Amino acid sequence: MTRKGPEGLLISPIRHGTVIDHITAGQALNVLRILGITGTTSEEVSVATNVASGRVGKKDIVKIENRELRKEEVDRIALIAPDATINIIREYAVVEKKGVEHPRELLGVVRCPNPGCITNTAEPARSRFIVVRNGLRCHYCDWLISKEIAEHIL
Amino acid sequence: MRHIISVRDLRRDEIDRLLDRAAEIEARHFDPHLLSGRILGLFFFEPSTRTRMSFESAMARLGGVSLNMGSVEASSVAKGETLADTIRVVSGYVDAIVLRHPKEGAARLAAEFASVPVINAGDGAGQHPSQTLLDLYTIRKSMPLDGLRVGLLGDLRYGRTTHSLAIALSLYGAEIAAIAPKGLELPSGIIHELNGSGTPVTEHTAVEEVIDDLDVLYVTRIQRERFPDTASYLDVASSYRITPDLVLRARPHLIVLHPLPRLDEIDPGVDALPNAKYFEQAHHGVSVRMAMLSEVMT
Ligand SMILES: [Zn+2]
Repeated sequence: MTRKGPEGLLISPIRHGTVIDHITAGQALNVLRILGITGTTSEEVSVATNVASGRVGKKDIVKIENRELRKEEVDRIALIAPDATINIIREYAVVEKKGVEHPRELLGVVRCPNPGCITNTAEPARSRFIVVRNGLRCHYCDWLISKEIAEHIL
Repeated sequence: MRHIISVRDLRRDEIDRLLDRAAEIEARHFDPHLLSGRILGLFFFEPSTRTRMSFESAMARLGGVSLNMGSVEASSVAKGETLADTIRVVSGYVDAIVLRHPKEGAARLAAEFASVPVINAGDGAGQHPSQTLLDLYTIRKSMPLDGLRVGLLGDLRYGRTTHSLAIALSLYGAEIAAIAPKGLELPSGIIHELNGSGTPVTEHTAVEEVIDDLDVLYVTRIQRERFPDTASYLDVASSYRITPDLVLRARPHLIVLHPLPRLDEIDPGVDALPNAKYFEQAHHGVSVRMAMLSEVMT
């Protein structure tokens, strides 16, 4: 999987920037949201969705010109696209390729959906979630987020 | 320094040690001056007279003194002080803190800011480990905790005492029968968690379906406000009422528990049966809390 397959034909190569490949099909727009990319920001972005892929069936791909991702951004992407790979591109070549990491704890990444949770008050409590088998558990109130995780990302 | 915040933090051997200590205390094998000269701070941001009195009684029996925050209205909280600041300040006044607070996770937050041990005496709809420990203690008085078939009955969706108890029992190889009306079933997240730790869960809408198989029946309140109107509430409440006839059909060693106060969930006719353990359960509160105080304060 080091050489690009047919998707290279779907969206043009980029010179400098990041290609996020093997995104869970249907999650590309959530990835853009996590990265703060909207219609009004200036990045040059290409998106391909539901691309055939031997490895995960269907996948999405996002290419962003002139941008490398910060760790917190990669942690957020890991939540909604656990199989994603991050390719750093310089002069049209992949200079670094890595999978997303799956941290055991997420600090300040997800808002607790429980309105009664102490983290949703004026208290100095930063959101903290433990990654468990079937989702994310709030360190403070034990609330379990098992689906639609993207909606709770800060 | 250790805190007691949630049953999820406790290993089986730690629970066993607390229950063993409570048993020694109940048998009057304890030093009545163990905590002499020590001060316990009771911070109840919502009223729970019985839990508070039970901790005060436990502290007094161990020779210590309790300080009470008093009403929230008269305190700095009314001026908008955060819990974190309150806890930082009062950590200098007392040797341990018992906290009851309406927000879930408040006790865990308090433990981060406290310089003395914190015991969670209930945070909102969240954890209340002293209740769970006394539930386990009461069961253990009647039978060994291993491999029990336990029925949880009532509002299992919002009733988090049942969640904590089920999670604690999963350390002892229990099987759980979740008996609840439509709409108040045990949340799927809890069922997954229990299954993940090897605890089978079966779901039922009528207690008659399972009562013959149970060792323990844990009854909780079904609250009126969960239903659209009084008629539908009464309809459900009456079909979940525990009667003497029902208990007499069960295994002879079945015990019936309830965290109290009860309303109509258990027919007063059950009280006289040897299976009824809910008043005994309430009496064990002081011994169990004495064990908790001696654990964190010595
Ligand atoms: Zn929470």
